[in-house]
Amino acid sequence: MNYSYYPGCSLSDTALDYDRSVRAVCARLGLGLVDIPDWNCCGASSAHMTSHEIGMRLPLRNLLLAAELGHDVLVPCAACFQRLKAAERSLRADPGYWDVPADLPEFRIVHISSLLSEPQHLASLGEQVRLPLEGLSLACYYGCLSLRHPKITGARNYEQPRALEEIIGALGANAVSWSHRTECCSGSLTMARPDIAEALVGDIVAAARRAGAQALVTDCPMCQANVESRQRHSATQPGLPVFFATELIVAALDGSYPASQGRLHLVSAQVLSNVVKRAAEQREEAA
Amino acid sequence: MNQSIDTSEKIHHKFLDKLQARGIDVHACFQCGRCSAGCPVTGFFDLTTMEVVRLAAYGREEDLLASKTIWLCAACETCATRCPNDIEIAALMDVLRELALRKKTVPAEPRVPVFHQSFLQSIRHWGRAYEVGLIVGYKLRSGDLLGDMKLGLQMFGKGKLSLRPHSVKDKTVIEKIFSGQGKEYER
Repeated sequence: MNYSYYPGCSLSDTALDYDRSVRAVCARLGLGLVDIPDWNCCGASSAHMTSHEIGMRLPLRNLLLAAELGHDVLVPCAACFQRLKAAERSLRADPGYWDVPADLPEFRIVHISSLLSEPQHLASLGEQVRLPLEGLSLACYYGCLSLRHPKITGARNYEQPRALEEIIGALGANAVSWSHRTECCSGSLTMARPDIAEALVGDIVAAARRAGAQALVTDCPMCQANVESRQRHSATQPGLPVFFATELIVAALDGSYPASQGRLHLVSAQVLSNVVKRAAEQREEAA
Repeated sequence: MNQSIDTSEKIHHKFLDKLQARGIDVHACFQCGRCSAGCPVTGFFDLTTMEVVRLAAYGREEDLLASKTIWLCAACETCATRCPNDIEIAALMDVLRELALRKKTVPAEPRVPVFHQSFLQSIRHWGRAYEVGLIVGYKLRSGDLLGDMKLGLQMFGKGKLSLRPHSVKDKTVIEKIFSGQGKEYER
């Protein structure tokens, strides 16, 4: 099955490794990705927060380009996903207002975790795991924009989502039960008011730690960068790394976690290297 | 002064008409407080989310545009998602920010609109976000030259900040969007 692919700006820069892991996972699931040609920025929070027209017309252009390809659209970034869905909702409601053809073909806009948590993909991931991530306790962190507003995202379990838990469950990792799964990390404020970001991220990381998590796992590049960069850590209180769900999938399916990937984290990712190493040793002993 | 009463009356109607056109029914609020209770940034606000909705219903536009709250709202949509009366509170915040900029109201949190402006300049120029250009633009405009220096260098060292911008090919269509497409009819 082919998907139109909207990588978005983060995945071509600060989250380049997220892009690589998404493409690798889709290849393993037999999903073809066709990049939307000449896609532009979705406008992110800054556009819709300050200009309704620009905030809608930037993502609209991408939808018109996607319509030419005709496939469903896969979006790995939660922020891009929400903006594309918001534009879709407006254009379907009133195409004339937005100067788009009324007969634009129907296609779905899908966020990565919704796709990967479909039963057939979970089963396929489970079958392809070479080294289960046993003993790794993770706090699944969704943040905001893949879920809210549910009128826009179409999310059903927006207060109690399960997609990330299901994905890491298929990899053999343990999902902790915790309080801050859908709390905002204030990514849109992080540069202008880092003090607010530090306060919110501090609460999120403290909650994950309290629940016994060794790391967080997310599907939003804004959350990943913000929660790693704005948490305080020290020698006595080491930080919690934030993994992309697809990064964990690649590690479990390949049975390895390269040091070059671990070094991309702003917080030590040693916990994953250790889990993968231990799983490899156990497999050798069993053999 | 009499003038202020007259002005606020006029604003009242224009402002409420705009909210109505965007489907934001501030009059549906019965002050349950769920919006404020769930807001992650409320501790930093000068007006609570519920107060914003209430002041909007009174047409108190100037108080709202001068508030810190409209700039510190992170657009997480928790308030609107949990509102039992289905009020589009996050969209209300968008309308207030846009009005504040159009009316050139002095922002109570100047760095936040400066960040948005820097981000959008980058998009207008390249069609895609160019992080390094955005950071430099923000630093120069905000005067916050030293903040996050260590973080920036760390990101650069990890190859997460590219010195070369990624550009779209069709820049004219992006420029059209930024130069007021859709606003021809005074939206």
